[in-house]
Amino acid sequence: MARLIAASRRDVELPPYPLIVFILVPLLALGLQSFVSLHFQRFDILDLPLLVTIYFAITQRNPITGTIAGGIIGIAQDALTRQPLGIFGICKSIIGYLAASLGVRIDTENHGTRALLTFGFVFLHSGMYWLLVRRLLAQPYAWSWVHELIRAAICTVVGVILFSLLDLAKRKEY
Amino acid sequence: MESFFSRYKNALVLIAVLLAQVIGVAIQVRRPLPKEHAQPDAGGVRLIRYWAISLVSPPERLVHWLGSSILGVWDNYLDLIHVRQQNKDLQSELQRLRIEEGGIIEDARQGQRLQQLLAFKEKYVYQTTPAQVIGTSGTEQSRILSINKGSKDGVGVDMPVITPDGIVGRIREVFPHTSQVLEITDPTSGAGVILATTRIRGILRGNAVGQPQVVNVMPDERIKAGEPVITSGGDQIFPRGLSVGVVDRVSTDPDHDPLVDVVIRPAANLAQLEEVLVITNMGDVVTPKQKLDMIQSEAAADSEQLRASEILAERLPSRVDPDSPKTDDENSDDSADAEGEGIARPMRPPSALHPDRFTPSTTPTAASLTPGARLAPQSEGTGSITASTPKPHASSPASAPDNGDATETAVAAPKKKPEMVPDDGSRPPASMTARPASASTTTSTHAAATSADRAPTATMPATSSHATTTAGGGTVTPPEAGANGSSTSANGPAVHSAAGNRAAPGAATHSTTTAGGSTTTPTKPAASSTTHTAIGTGTSPTGTAAVHAATPRPAASSGDGATPEVKTKVIVDGPLPSAAKKSATTTPASTTNSGQQAPAAQKQQAPGTQPAQRKSPELVPDDGSRPPPTMLQKPKPQPQQATPAQTQPQGGRQ
Repeated sequence: MARLIAASRRDVELPPYPLIVFILVPLLALGLQSFVSLHFQRFDILDLPLLVTIYFAITQRNPITGTIAGGIIGIAQDALTRQPLGIFGICKSIIGYLAASLGVRIDTENHGTRALLTFGFVFLHSGMYWLLVRRLLAQPYAWSWVHELIRAAICTVVGVILFSLLDLAKRKEY
Repeated sequence: MESFFSRYKNALVLIAVLLAQVIGVAIQVRRPLPKEHAQPDAGGVRLIRYWAISLVSPPERLVHWLGSSILGVWDNYLDLIHVRQQNKDLQSELQRLRIEEGGIIEDARQGQRLQQLLAFKEKYVYQTTPAQVIGTSGTEQSRILSINKGSKDGVGVDMPVITPDGIVGRIREVFPHTSQVLEITDPTSGAGVILATTRIRGILRGNAVGQPQVVNVMPDERIKAGEPVITSGGDQIFPRGLSVGVVDRVSTDPDHDPLVDVVIRPAANLAQLEEVLVITNMGDVVTPKQKLDMIQSEAAADSEQLRASEILAERLPSRVDPDSPKTDDENSDDSADAEGEGIARPMRPPSALHPDRFTPSTTPTAASLTPGARLAPQSEGTGSITASTPKPHASSPASAPDNGDATETAVAAPKKKPEMVPDDGSRPPASMTARPASASTTTSTHAAATSADRAPTATMPATSSHATTTAGGGTVTPPEAGANGSSTSANGPAVHSAAGNRAAPGAATHSTTTAGGSTTTPTKPAASSTTHTAIGTGTSPTGTAAVHAATPRPAASSGDGATPEVKTKVIVDGPLPSAAKKSATTTPASTTNSGQQAPAAQKQQAPGTQPAQRKSPELVPDDGSRPPPTMLQKPKPQPQQATPAQTQPQGGRQ
């Protein structure tokens, strides 16, 4: 359990990534999600913006940054859809907040921890999205446990790999 | 207070962010409106969406460009391994495909042809067998095709070979798996054809250059190029109505002037035949109507041909020998019925069951004849006819069965259109030719100088009397009512008197033709079973008379339903006394072919036992066809002045 908690206070306060990474990675995630789904329809089971949100949240370990980053990424994702702006924003804001909050308390460098967090956050994101669509927008949305679990599993696998790739962009000087 | 915000800063930020977004969603989400009142996003939402898209689109385009570039590099540069080998393979495949393409095109064409052939076969009523042409004779002299169907496939000799376009020919030789087809362009071929517009019939043969032509056609200005030619069905090989071709031109026949040959352009492409149809069976599907049409057409063709022959004979008088003995063939052209109910029969080669001296086959050869001698016995002046009158054994009751056999007897009798010959030996006009009716009973007696003999003569039912003609401008008087038909000549030395009885209903009396400007006075025709008397031998200027007795069986329309045909013609040269004529007129009674009628007829043989009720004779057109309705009307009574003097027996030649 000790390993899941943040190693030091300094690691939490110091931003590990340059600003350009915070800007390009979410945009690239949105672009890939849109482009790949165009040619490979099954690719839409992934949610790259969500994975990016989770990654930046747990690595930043700042709930406010995670909330705002999640909100911006979510609203950008809503802009590419037909639904009102804010649905994905609300979901990803909460995910960013929770991920950043957990990232302060546990060690997010472990791949297992990342996998569990990713699985939980993806499933939670699906639940919140369903809730907002069905209750807030009153629109039909079919809920399937199996499908959502599979989605969470796939996103977990891809997220662990993606997180490892994004770890390469971390600052090494400190 | 400060510590509260500091302590719950993260949560408050979250709540603020969520609240802001919820408010934003609430602003965007309105009550659903009808589609006609639906509005797009508000200006602020659209602006946010525009920003988002503008923000996301560049990376999307970047990703798209990267993806396209990578795929392009891969496809155009990296993934070119084995391209050279693939190119070689494609080249060889292209060559192979080109070869196959040629075969496929040919197969497609063949398929189209076969489809047309199949469509033609489906609508064709006869049973056909498709065949492929596998060879030709290879010479211009022999227009022969070889097909891949033989006797194993049901192909037989003389089966017609056709295409959807027209006829091709007929089967000449049949082998187990192949057959030879004699094309219509071969000079040895023959097909009965008819010009569709002018209805001119003829025989189609090939000429020396391989063109089919209708040979020996009377010149007719109506024959124009382009006139369709179809099969007539008269050859009994090709079904009637099949397309043969169109008239190409009309050329004179140097060997048969003034006849012409009509060159035909065949409808079927005989030079490039690949698939043909062999009609293997067509007899089962010929309807009675078609058969009737065919036979009527044949009868018309025979009439036309006969007329053409007469015209030709007139133009070529050297061919006419008035002194030549006439044969019984002249009486056999009975292709028209009297009432129109029966079916006329086409001419067929006769074969005499009981040949007599008049049978062509029994005619002595020219080498055995003595110049000037006559074959038929003749008597001068008043003589007995018994010695010279041949018995009509061909139509005797004993020899003629009731129904069916009578037909055979009729077939056995030589059939030929009768012909009258005037006294002067010149060729009689066409009006003198009388044509006997088929399916009729004929009993006639021609007696010279015996017109006064009007004694009732007993005959069998459905017999007929014929008042015949004279030559030399004589006037034929109508026979008196109740008397036998007889005619005399005003100044002619010979008088043909036909004595027949019309005891039974349905009997017919015919007053036939005259020659030399004589007047024919027909009387009202009798009932349906009219008969036509064949006028036999002509009389010579020296006073030779002829007695012509023909005793066929009852007509089908008035008889027992059968259509037997029995004709007996008795020709006696020389003057005929009244007694002899009586004897001669009794012979028809014995020639009945009905067993039931024979006793009655024998009873009627006794002269005077039954008063002859004169029925109106019937005029027969010169072409042998059925008399027109106008001729069937009752004629006006003839002047009386001709009867007394002219009906007196002449007692011999003058």
